[in-house]
Amino acid sequence: MSQAKVPVWVNVGLIPLLNILLAFLVSGLVFLAIGEDPIEAAGYLIYGAFGYDEGIGYTLYYATNLIFTGLAVSVAFKAGLFNIGGEGQAYIGGLGVGLVCLWFDSSLPLLVIAPLAIIGGALFGAAWAYIPAYLQARRGSHIVITTIMFNFIASSLMVYLMVNWLKAEGVMSPISRTFEESAWLPYLHDLFAPFGFEIGDSPLNLAFVLALLCCVFYWGLVWHTSWGYQLRTVGTNPTAAQYAGIDNAKVTIWVMLISGGLAGLVGVNEIMGVNHNLLLNFTAGYGFAGIAVALMGRNHPIGIVLAAMLFGALYQGGAELAFEIPTITPEIVVVIQGLVILFSGALENMFKGKIEGLFLRRAAA
Amino acid sequence: MTQQTHPYSIELEGISKRFGTVQANKNIDLQVPAGTIHGIIGENGAGKSTLMSIIYGFYEADSGAISIDGQQVSIRSSEDAIHAGIGMVHQHFMLVENFSVLENVMLGAEGGALLKQGIAAARKELKRLEQEYSLDVDVEAIVEDLPVGLQQRVEILKALYRGAKILILDEPTGVLTPQEADHLFRILKSLKEQGVTVILITHKLREILASTDNVSVMRQGEMVAHRETAQTDKEELAELMVGKKVRLKVNKDEAQPQQTVLSAKDLSFFDGQGVERLKKVSLELKAGEILGIAGVSGNGQSELLNVLSGITPMSSGEIQFAGQIISASAPKNAAQMRDLKMAHVPEDRHKMGLVTGFEAYEAAVLGYHDSDAYNGKLLMDRKAMLDECNERMAAWDVRPPNPHLKTANFSGGNQQKIVIAREVEQNPDVLLIGQPTRGVDIGAIENIHEQIVKLRDAGKAILLVSVELDEIMALSDRIIVMFDGAVVGEVTASDANERTLGLMMANAWNEGQGAQA
Repeated sequence: MSQAKVPVWVNVGLIPLLNILLAFLVSGLVFLAIGEDPIEAAGYLIYGAFGYDEGIGYTLYYATNLIFTGLAVSVAFKAGLFNIGGEGQAYIGGLGVGLVCLWFDSSLPLLVIAPLAIIGGALFGAAWAYIPAYLQARRGSHIVITTIMFNFIASSLMVYLMVNWLKAEGVMSPISRTFEESAWLPYLHDLFAPFGFEIGDSPLNLAFVLALLCCVFYWGLVWHTSWGYQLRTVGTNPTAAQYAGIDNAKVTIWVMLISGGLAGLVGVNEIMGVNHNLLLNFTAGYGFAGIAVALMGRNHPIGIVLAAMLFGALYQGGAELAFEIPTITPEIVVVIQGLVILFSGALENMFKGKIEGLFLRRAAA
Repeated sequence: MTQQTHPYSIELEGISKRFGTVQANKNIDLQVPAGTIHGIIGENGAGKSTLMSIIYGFYEADSGAISIDGQQVSIRSSEDAIHAGIGMVHQHFMLVENFSVLENVMLGAEGGALLKQGIAAARKELKRLEQEYSLDVDVEAIVEDLPVGLQQRVEILKALYRGAKILILDEPTGVLTPQEADHLFRILKSLKEQGVTVILITHKLREILASTDNVSVMRQGEMVAHRETAQTDKEELAELMVGKKVRLKVNKDEAQPQQTVLSAKDLSFFDGQGVERLKKVSLELKAGEILGIAGVSGNGQSELLNVLSGITPMSSGEIQFAGQIISASAPKNAAQMRDLKMAHVPEDRHKMGLVTGFEAYEAAVLGYHDSDAYNGKLLMDRKAMLDECNERMAAWDVRPPNPHLKTANFSGGNQQKIVIAREVEQNPDVLLIGQPTRGVDIGAIENIHEQIVKLRDAGKAILLVSVELDEIMALSDRIIVMFDGAVVGEVTASDANERTLGLMMANAWNEGQGAQA
């Protein structure tokens, strides 16, 4: 009941902002402890992430992956499921994208390959999520455990496939041959150039637009379809779902397929957009970071885009920072990310009670 | 009460407790002499459990005082309660199932970081307790291997091990076989002889009469009577428990029952633990009548509603409804039952009837969310949902009439109106309705009752489950009483009175007494 009187902006704006500020404050202390000027460091970080074209491009490129995995975690969470397997689903999704590209790059134009690769990535990611989903729905195996295990299986499977089947001839490392250019998703700086917009070179590509479309898809699906209605009912009140005749098991399986599909789209950005070949470890932890993004974005697409951009900025700005100040290693940047996750995710409710109380008292006065 | 020579073992003065708008305990006085067995009876919702939770420190009373052995004490947690010498045996045991009896008993009283000494001390103390109170339990046995009767004894041992001088048992026989129950009462007697004070909470009159020295009766949050058990009988207690209430007035004409629309035959249901919650229940429901199901809650009514509405599959038996035969081998789920035009207002609107995080207009289509009325080709038709919600809110006087307000933020009565409106406006053939006015304010009760009668007069078949006896009597045309999962009696509304129904609900009814008023 008390929720009713607290202004919305407090919950969606003020509290997350306070949490992030606190995380940066503690990060500042870490910088002081290693003898660096936190203000100077913050300057590098912000400049690196947002100060110039290329920096912004990189930030958004990282954010693209995080939007996919953030949405994936979030949609499952809406049904009360904790999908920790975004990493593996993204990995296998990338395999799907890569296979489509390898098969069709010399025979079909981009306009055909791109949708096929998107479908391939989504299908492979969904298939990888299907097994844990089935085990949860029909056998009661806990999805947190199974999805974690499937990350490891995905990783081993990819090594096997890359080494034994997909490795390019005459190369010493486990990478596939480079795709023909007809299977390269265009970079945004290339797309904008003909219109007279000069933007700096960066890996930012059309997959970013796809990520934004996925946000719209998510929003429509979850809040505007009967299916999303069932999903949210199962997630918030399983007893009421049973009362309403909603098949919890079916919803579990479907939502995990969608979740896995969204995670699989990371492959579109990484494989088709940037690397242009199949390789190992391109997921680089985006699946796990997606959990933090979903948490911070409060399971809303707009929040997820903002949180993904924050994390993207930390990736990009952090790299810049490590480059500019050699004593700051990439590990320190990981510490900052960890603190942001800690304060905005795990300690989310630290201020909540107090601040809400403050507003309620003020409203009462 | 009995002699006043020594202080009471426990004495309550003016205990009151309010939850929101519900006054759960109103100015309760209670005096329990040391070394007696004291029974507390009352219908569900009479406030017994709240009172015991206050004594045991789960809740703090808004006002009033508790004295133990004449000393006023402040009990703010169960730790305080244990310290004051109060032990509690809950209806649902609080045991670690894969621990041994010994480990369970010493849980929370391990006596140091290393267990060895604690175990030795506990074993010695347990031996003494078992001998003193003749509580035979194998201390090395794993709890989950023990039958429930013995598990309960472990709970009692646990309390005694912590030095309890006052033992509270909440509905202790609910899970016991009659033999186990007899044994329990023998144990309680020997505890009493050793000077332990026992407080027994139950709704079973026979147990009260068979085992207690004194009995207190609670009704609607108040302590309405104290009796010496020897000076009373079950008729008086039943009447005190149910009360001679002013009859709820519901304007209704004689029912015009028509054809049978739903008939259930030998419905049984076993829960996850293998306990038979429904025992071969048969009933017929006719169009144009209200069939009331009376009973103290927890006697199978909820399970009956869930099985009839398709939420939980039955274990055996069959239902004939809308030309279909539904059985354990040919089940139908809640959505399919809804398609056959069965509507259901569940007993617990928070847990089942609503999704409290949803906005009102969303909660107003729960169960019907797939219907064409609310769906376009791809997306849900939000406008249609909102329009209809606005209409219903006006028709049913839901306040505030804001379809975007979160369901959780409506008052109980208005939430219930949202649920009832949703189910009734689908124009069902059969309406199952559980606790229609629980937690609903007086004004709304009248409105809801009127709507139910209107529906009956429109030729619908209505099955009403309520623990409010006056509600059952005011609305029903025919009344079935359930006890322990089985139907124990059926009376027509004109033959029904509080005394008969109260005795049936306590399973203290003998056929020989006849159904006369």
